Amino acid sequence: MALTSPVDARTGTVSSGGATTPGGIGRFIGYRLVSGLGTLVFVLLFNFFLFRLLPGDPAARYRAVKNIGAADLARIRAELDAPVLTQFWAYLRDPLALNGISAWKGQPVWDLVGGRAWPTVVLLGSSTLISVLIGVRVGIRAGWKRGGRFDKASTAVTLLFYATPEFWLGLMLILLLSSGVGPFPALFPSGGVIDSGIDPLSIDGAVSVAEHTVLPATALAAVYIAEYSLIMRASIIDEQSQDYLTTARAKGLMDHVVRRRHAVPNASLPTITLIFLNIGFIIGGAITVETVFSYPGLGLLTFEAVSEQDFVLMQALFLVFTLSVIVFNIIADVVIALLDPRIRG
Amino acid sequence: MSTQPAGNDDDPGVDAVGVATTPVLSQRAVARARRAASLRRFVRAYASRRAGMLGVAILLVFTLLALLAPVLFPAEMLDIIETVDNDALAPPSGEFWLGTDENGRSVLAVLVWGARASLIVGLAASLISMLLGTLIGIGSGHFRGPFGSALQRLTDWFLVIPFIPLVVVLAAVLGQRGLGTIVLVLGVTSWPGTARLVRAQTLSVEGRPYLERAKALGGSDWQQMSRHVLPNVMPLVVANTTLTVAIVILSETTLAFLGLGDPFLDSWGTMLDKATDAGAASTGAWWYLLPPGVCVIFVVLAFTLIGRALEAVLDPRLGRD
Repeated sequence: MALTSPVDARTGTVSSGGATTPGGIGRFIGYRLVSGLGTLVFVLLFNFFLFRLLPGDPAARYRAVKNIGAADLARIRAELDAPVLTQFWAYLRDPLALNGISAWKGQPVWDLVGGRAWPTVVLLGSSTLISVLIGVRVGIRAGWKRGGRFDKASTAVTLLFYATPEFWLGLMLILLLSSGVGPFPALFPSGGVIDSGIDPLSIDGAVSVAEHTVLPATALAAVYIAEYSLIMRASIIDEQSQDYLTTARAKGLMDHVVRRRHAVPNASLPTITLIFLNIGFIIGGAITVETVFSYPGLGLLTFEAVSEQDFVLMQALFLVFTLSVIVFNIIADVVIALLDPRIRG
Repeated sequence: MSTQPAGNDDDPGVDAVGVATTPVLSQRAVARARRAASLRRFVRAYASRRAGMLGVAILLVFTLLALLAPVLFPAEMLDIIETVDNDALAPPSGEFWLGTDENGRSVLAVLVWGARASLIVGLAASLISMLLGTLIGIGSGHFRGPFGSALQRLTDWFLVIPFIPLVVVLAAVLGQRGLGTIVLVLGVTSWPGTARLVRAQTLSVEGRPYLERAKALGGSDWQQMSRHVLPNVMPLVVANTTLTVAIVILSETTLAFLGLGDPFLDSWGTMLDKATDAGAASTGAWWYLLPPGVCVIFVVLAFTLIGRALEAVLDPRLGRD
């Protein structure tokens, strides 16, 4: 779900990054960190009160858990019975619920979250790589020959991808490539991240992880291929009317040199920002795509927490997701300030 | 546009007083004629955009299907007690053009009824989002003091929170999964984008001379916002809301697919949820998985095309094609 319009992406960079700060990249980063801190305080408050909307008796959820000790149960009940301010203080000391007990498994929340992080990092990383590599190329080619046949075809496909739910694309990929329907052989596994009993750090392990990641990463990448190609196309078209390109052509440079050495570097800035700003959306996609492929990452864990009504786990995951968005937003602003002196002012 | 204290325009007594000095057309008739002319101009400009017209055509088809659902497929066809004798997960046949689901219901019938759920949720939640976004956006652009900057901060903070995780968590926390809850969840989470856009537009309108005039003549904050800013912001809000409908429909599909939808209502997302639970992906029951997704794509595409065309017509600076 990445329906940010190209305009959003462009204003997004400029508006969030205090363009007026005088003097140096250091000042800029400092300013950005301080404003990130304000956001952090809001997110901590929001995350606390969001889960206080919960109707019913939260302690009751723990009774069904088998392997939870009487002492733990008493502690959880005492914590839930405490006044809101006491609870809030306890939450501030441990916002990620490092000591929280999952109502689903009866174990500390972080035993569950820790082991699930790396598959999600692999999935998000590889799908971002796929979407940038394909999307940027398509966008450059479409924008350079605006109105041509390639432009028309790619814009149509792009808008279709834009409207496609990621998880449905995942279901179609399973149907075609891993169920073995009709003439199609079952090429890829449809569940898990690695075959059991293989060390993920060995070569066999890497191959197995790659095999398991191809389909979910493709499903997740489609909508971003669409997005990056649209943005790239729009910025290439913007750049084409600039004087420096006329100069480059007047010098007698070949068309592809003008494109690669002059137009593309300037036109890439919005796309580069967007790659970092998309983390929040791509996490959203990972929740459904990991569920469809039984891919044991944080997205599938979110789905499990929701179906098991495990609110302690949900709260920790939600905070992890929000924190990564804050961090990536800051990275986006810093990267763009490093690349584009106009933003630093 | 009158800068007298608000309310006088709608008071018939004022017109009567003004008659003596009014020439052939009253002030209001002039305004009406001007609006009609600009509406005609807008319709002509929109009609020249083929992608936008394609969007309207697709949307018309789905709206008709949604309205005619009870006529085409009587409600009994969705009742699993009535369909218990049919084959479950049967492939397409002469009787069931798109096969049957795990309860022996016609997939085509469920699909057509699903158009209602998706369109209702999409439109209702976007309406909430539009109201919130416009109010907060205009407020944060108009008020210069701490109130305005508080609204702006709120918008910026909400923009940081990842949308789908928020929607999922909120729906899970609220628990009761009626249609109303889903509309509310999607409505109160999707406004920040609109608010940011409206704020930017408000700031540019506030800089124009006629607003300075309204202020100098002593127009209240409310009058400035409702009579001068709002009419200028509204076209962009409409275009943006059309795009919001697309996002909301996709999000409803996601929620329903994760089992957070209304269990008594067959939306396209609910169909996909039930289909995967019934193992349609691994047994190759494509007739159950393919149609709901294709419908979502068409409707979302329609709203996206319309929204982009509206943006391009209403705000030529965007320079899209």
